[in-house]
Amino acid sequence: MLRILYKIVRTGIVSEAAPGPDEELRAGAPQIQAEILQLLGRALAIRQVDAGSCNGCELEIHALNNPYYNLEGLGIRFVASPRHADMLLVTGPVAKNMEHALRIAWEATPDPKLVVAVGDCGCTGGIFGESYASCGKVANVIPVDVAIPGCPPTPLAILQGILTAVASRSE
Amino acid sequence: MRIPGLNVQWKALPGDAPAAIAPVGEWQWTEAARLVREGGGRLVALWGADHRDLAEDEDEYSVYAAYAVKDGLAVAELLVQDSAPSYPDLSGLFPAAGRMQRALFDLLGIGASGAADTRPWLRHGAWPGEAYPLRRDFDAAAVPPNALADYEFVRVEGDGVHEIPVGPIHAGIIEPGHFRFSIVGEKVLRLEERLGYVHKGIDKRFEEFSVAEGHRLAGRVSGDSTVAFAWAYAQAAESLLGVVPPPRARWLRAMLLERERVANHLGDLGALGNDAAFGFALAQFMRLKEDWLRENAAVFGHRLLMDLVVPGGVTRAFGAPQAEAMIAHAHAIEREVNELRVIFEEHAGLQDRFLTTGRVTPELARMLGLTGLAGRASGQASDLRVDFPAVPYGELAVKRAGSSSGDVAARVNVRFDELLESLRLVRAIALAAPDGELRVDLPQPRPQAFGVGWVEGWRGEAFVALEAGEGGLIRRCHAHDPSWQNWPLIEHAVIGNIVPDFPLINKSFNLSYSGGDC
Ligand code: SF4
Repeated sequence: MLRILYKIVRTGIVSEAAPGPDEELRAGAPQIQAEILQLLGRALAIRQVDAGSCNGCELEIHALNNPYYNLEGLGIRFVASPRHADMLLVTGPVAKNMEHALRIAWEATPDPKLVVAVGDCGCTGGIFGESYASCGKVANVIPVDVAIPGCPPTPLAILQGILTAVASRSE
Repeated sequence: MRIPGLNVQWKALPGDAPAAIAPVGEWQWTEAARLVREGGGRLVALWGADHRDLAEDEDEYSVYAAYAVKDGLAVAELLVQDSAPSYPDLSGLFPAAGRMQRALFDLLGIGASGAADTRPWLRHGAWPGEAYPLRRDFDAAAVPPNALADYEFVRVEGDGVHEIPVGPIHAGIIEPGHFRFSIVGEKVLRLEERLGYVHKGIDKRFEEFSVAEGHRLAGRVSGDSTVAFAWAYAQAAESLLGVVPPPRARWLRAMLLERERVANHLGDLGALGNDAAFGFALAQFMRLKEDWLRENAAVFGHRLLMDLVVPGGVTRAFGAPQAEAMIAHAHAIEREVNELRVIFEEHAGLQDRFLTTGRVTPELARMLGLTGLAGRASGQASDLRVDFPAVPYGELAVKRAGSSSGDVAARVNVRFDELLESLRLVRAIALAAPDGELRVDLPQPRPQAFGVGWVEGWRGEAFVALEAGEGGLIRRCHAHDPSWQNWPLIEHAVIGNIVPDFPLINKSFNLSYSGGDC
């Protein structure tokens, strides 16, 4: 037990400041206002859905939970059910085999809901494109508020995308 | 003598993977499997290709089985006539073949005759049963709208037995798949997996890439193993092109592969602690992993090291100051990992959850073909870096990790051992990587040239088979993730355990959904 406490004390607090929202990530939403700081204090529940990713995007979403990004400290948390979620964070091109499950998750998420598509795949279908097995971008299946490019996007870019979507809802 | 006792003509394939291929007849197809089985070899992959447009008289497909044998990789190729497209079932000898054969049928329409289980595997209804995407004449435009098909799970009957269906979307940041538990009280009587949800048609997609560019797609078969797959792909491409990568590139590839291993093991050890309710472990290991990924970005320009290994070499190198920084960092992480290992070992609650949980005995592992990291934790000693060391692994003399207890604790320990060994390798490579060229130019591939690649990724063996087409394009590329072999073992590992231990057991294998479904 002592060892654990020593380790905790010696490690200290490594969390870094959060980024601001990024206007350019917005998929056709109206102007953003400067209330982000207020919003950061508000809890946001996210349901992550892998709709066909290569799992690279999941690794970076996982990284958001590490102490550097301190997601929970910002009031953002991942929840187990879409029924508890304010936001769906969707990765991958939507595999045809996941199309149905993604729609159900979206329907189960209470209104008003936000959808953030993560990664080049979520934005455009990425390297996998559209095919007999892939529906391509997330917006081909459910409406998307913010899309975050990158393969995979960095945790910082993902966080920024999430905050951008939250800020757009405040209007 | 690739498979002793089998009288066929082996043709050695050039390149880093110690491989040979031989055409076999139908009878030899089964005989090869039997001889490999008896000789203690393993089935690495099974796939097929449509060659009807090339065949001279009777229309033909090829079905391939790649085996790991004493002197490397032996690939048996069976020609299958279009008039009766089937081949003898191998799942009796190698149970892992079962799902691969089902996938092969879904994509190519060639069935394993005599197989007990012929349910679709990758096809959930997105394309109809009589359309086969990997046939050359497949018309994607003619595919009707997605119609979900029912799947017949095996039912367990009895007093007090009930079912828990889980997924495809799971409660957490995890890839999708479906698990059907049959339980009594809290105890698992049976688990049936149904995967294929993240099938996105990668094998077909390869046909739109050139041989020189396919590494990008291969590197996204399973993002957590991007280096392993890009390297296996590069080996296959170099084999069919007759190209030898420069020495510096080979050392850099090993650096990237070991860095990928370190990152994944750090992440898994944190997650395993967390799944046993030890959040401290998650915070500590994820912090170390983040430091590691940031160094990846600083030195190699990508946190996950994507697109760095290319056919003919690598795209980036490191200089002397970066080598020094990496050595110092590897030392620092090693110190912390050693500290955390002591904390893990002294933590009674953690050990209580790890020990005897999710056990796969060495006998079962051998019978069902458990491979890679999980295999080594269940007494299966194979590690390609040790068994068939390509440059630079011969010089690095990798120490093989292993255990025979086969429980979660064993898989945790193998990860600790391999993590520490990889930190040593990172330092050794940073010190000893030779100077020189990073990549060589590639010639145009000869149509129908064939090559394979075989690399020990952090999870296990990444395998790629590649066939060139016209105009520099890929004709057929098959990428095989070791998760194919290991998924079925989880069905066994959970029997008799309680349902709440499933996440821990599952995480201790940490298999790729995307890699298998791809
Ligand atoms: S964007 Fe890149 S990392 Fe993310 S799922 Fe697609 S291929 Fe993988």
